[in-house]
Amino acid sequence: MSPPDLKTFSSAINEALVEAMAQDETVICYGLGVDDPKAVFGTTTGLQERYGDRRVFDTPTSENAMTGVATGAALGGLKPVMTHQRLDFFLLALDQLVNAAAKWHYMFGSQQSVPVTIRLIVGRGWGQGPTHSQNLHSWFAHIPGLKVVMPTTPRDAKGLLLSSIFDPNPVVFIEHRWLYGGLGEVPDGDFRVPIGTANVLRSGTDITITSSSYLTVEALEAAEVLSQQYGIEVEILDLRTIRPLDWDTILSSVARTGMFLALDTAFTTGSIAGEMVARVSMALFGQLKKPPSRLAMPDVSEPTSIALTRGFYVRSQHIVERVAEMFGSPVINQKETDCYDQMPDVPGDWFSGPF
Amino acid sequence: MNSRDKAELGLRLLRHMHRVRAVEEEIAERYPEGKMRCPTHLSTGQEAVPAALAECLLSSDFAVSTHRGHAHYLAKGGNLNAMIAEIYGKASGCSRGKGGSMHLVDLQVGFMGTSAIVGNSIPIGVGLALSAQYKRTDQVSCVFFGDGATEEGVYYESLNFAAVRRLPVLFVCENNLYSVYSPIRARQPADRSIAGVAKSMGLKTVQGDGNDALAVYGGCAHALADIRAGGGPWLVEYSVYRWREHCGPNYDDDLAYRPAKEVEHAKQRDPISLLRRQLATVVPDLEELESAMLREIRDEVDAAFHFAEISSFPSADEAFLGEYA
Repeated sequence: MSPPDLKTFSSAINEALVEAMAQDETVICYGLGVDDPKAVFGTTTGLQERYGDRRVFDTPTSENAMTGVATGAALGGLKPVMTHQRLDFFLLALDQLVNAAAKWHYMFGSQQSVPVTIRLIVGRGWGQGPTHSQNLHSWFAHIPGLKVVMPTTPRDAKGLLLSSIFDPNPVVFIEHRWLYGGLGEVPDGDFRVPIGTANVLRSGTDITITSSSYLTVEALEAAEVLSQQYGIEVEILDLRTIRPLDWDTILSSVARTGMFLALDTAFTTGSIAGEMVARVSMALFGQLKKPPSRLAMPDVSEPTSIALTRGFYVRSQHIVERVAEMFGSPVINQKETDCYDQMPDVPGDWFSGPF
Repeated sequence: MNSRDKAELGLRLLRHMHRVRAVEEEIAERYPEGKMRCPTHLSTGQEAVPAALAECLLSSDFAVSTHRGHAHYLAKGGNLNAMIAEIYGKASGCSRGKGGSMHLVDLQVGFMGTSAIVGNSIPIGVGLALSAQYKRTDQVSCVFFGDGATEEGVYYESLNFAAVRRLPVLFVCENNLYSVYSPIRARQPADRSIAGVAKSMGLKTVQGDGNDALAVYGGCAHALADIRAGGGPWLVEYSVYRWREHCGPNYDDDLAYRPAKEVEHAKQRDPISLLRRQLATVVPDLEELESAMLREIRDEVDAAFHFAEISSFPSADEAFLGEYA
């Protein structure tokens, strides 16, 4: 049993929603299944009981229109929080996101803003397959006018969701399915983490690794192995926000370590990791001891069968190997390899499907 | 309606229509000068529906519209000077030069914006209605669109949501039979109407001749009264005809994508001439009143273009401002 002061990522999301709705009557929360018995992985538990079906309601399966409805409701003075059970489902709403919500403030001469928060859940493993597992945050990060947030820890999940809800701009808030069970300390009450700030999750002198969302969990494990078995001290920056990126923190860390590895849960080509390698190279070329590197998903759709996922995802083992390679160290065989071979498509034995 | 009321209403409708036409025709006249550097979609020939709504919407109501939005903006009471300045790309424009003809806004009168993507503003209008219902105001959200938008998926999603939540929305479809050059016969079955589909989805509907401003006023006023009484969303579908090309200042009948007879018939149904004929019997001094009306409008339109001409352009650095609120 976990100590009483630790909370899960999903309950941290729930706390943020409760706090926002308690504080501001213009906050409404809707999406397919927000009031169903599963309560979106427990993130919306008790909201409708507490705040009523006027503020918390189920919707038609109409992702595009419901996104436009959020924009309109926001123009009318509300702060809608929309929820989608998978990021992939939300792709039907790209017109409303890109051509309306993201543009409105700029296009009409900064007279009106669109305070909408769009919660998207990224699935992975357990056969989620090609269309229930996509990490498309770089698409959203490409669009002026949007903010894109991807927390890793329960603390940041709460603090960033509250900041997102009360931000005057549209925010895409991405939650990774594998993080929901993660435990951490979460401050009570109205606790906010500013959007646009990376967090130094682990200090180190030898190499800077940037990461976000679930991959940060793997990066922390890798950093432990690298420290104990290779004597390499990794600095881990949890990006937390993908747009706008916290370049000051990233560049000052790389300037100190002179080594850089960008991790990304997205497909490799066109990823934020690629953008980061480009910008770091341009800004700090003369200070880099070795060429920068990146590790992201392969440029193929995610397969379904467990047999096809062996070695498919970036796990801590791969991060260790890549860093060792960058330092010219021979790779020490890891016990974890066996563990991944048996369970390549789940974060641990506590995780099971079907959804 | 007694004849005095009809006369007064008719004269107001006539004034709205003349004003819209004068503005659109002045844009067409001056467009070749090259100072209005944005895609511009004129409403010449389609003045009756906006005129009727100008008479029956309240200033506190919301409205959203489309790329062809000048007439709707003016109907809602949008500032004429700011609209012309916006088309000229000036800092005094209603969107400060960031939007152009296709992105008009006037928050003072509830004109919340227009979109250049077909169907895009429809759910936004529905969301505005949700905010009105949530705040328990008596506002109605008026959503203007054309027949092309009714082929977009988001249109059906929006009607469905408005119906299931009984939202205070007036959907206004101006059916001008063409999506750019594509005739409606290539796009929708002949034996099915836009209003009919809306009715089957649970909305109350009106369908009629969009050249008859008095009839449009009657239909919309009736729908709005029911919406304000909590009756839920309505869709009104009016047949109209765009006289000029889809986008730009010219006539394009030389392209022959519309049958010559159809164009000719539509011009015989000119909404301004039609109303003038209807008023002839109830307004004895119509000609005199109309001349005075036209002089006032001429002065106002000239002043608006002068305002746009003498206004400054925004500075180039303003392109980089306003990404975030």
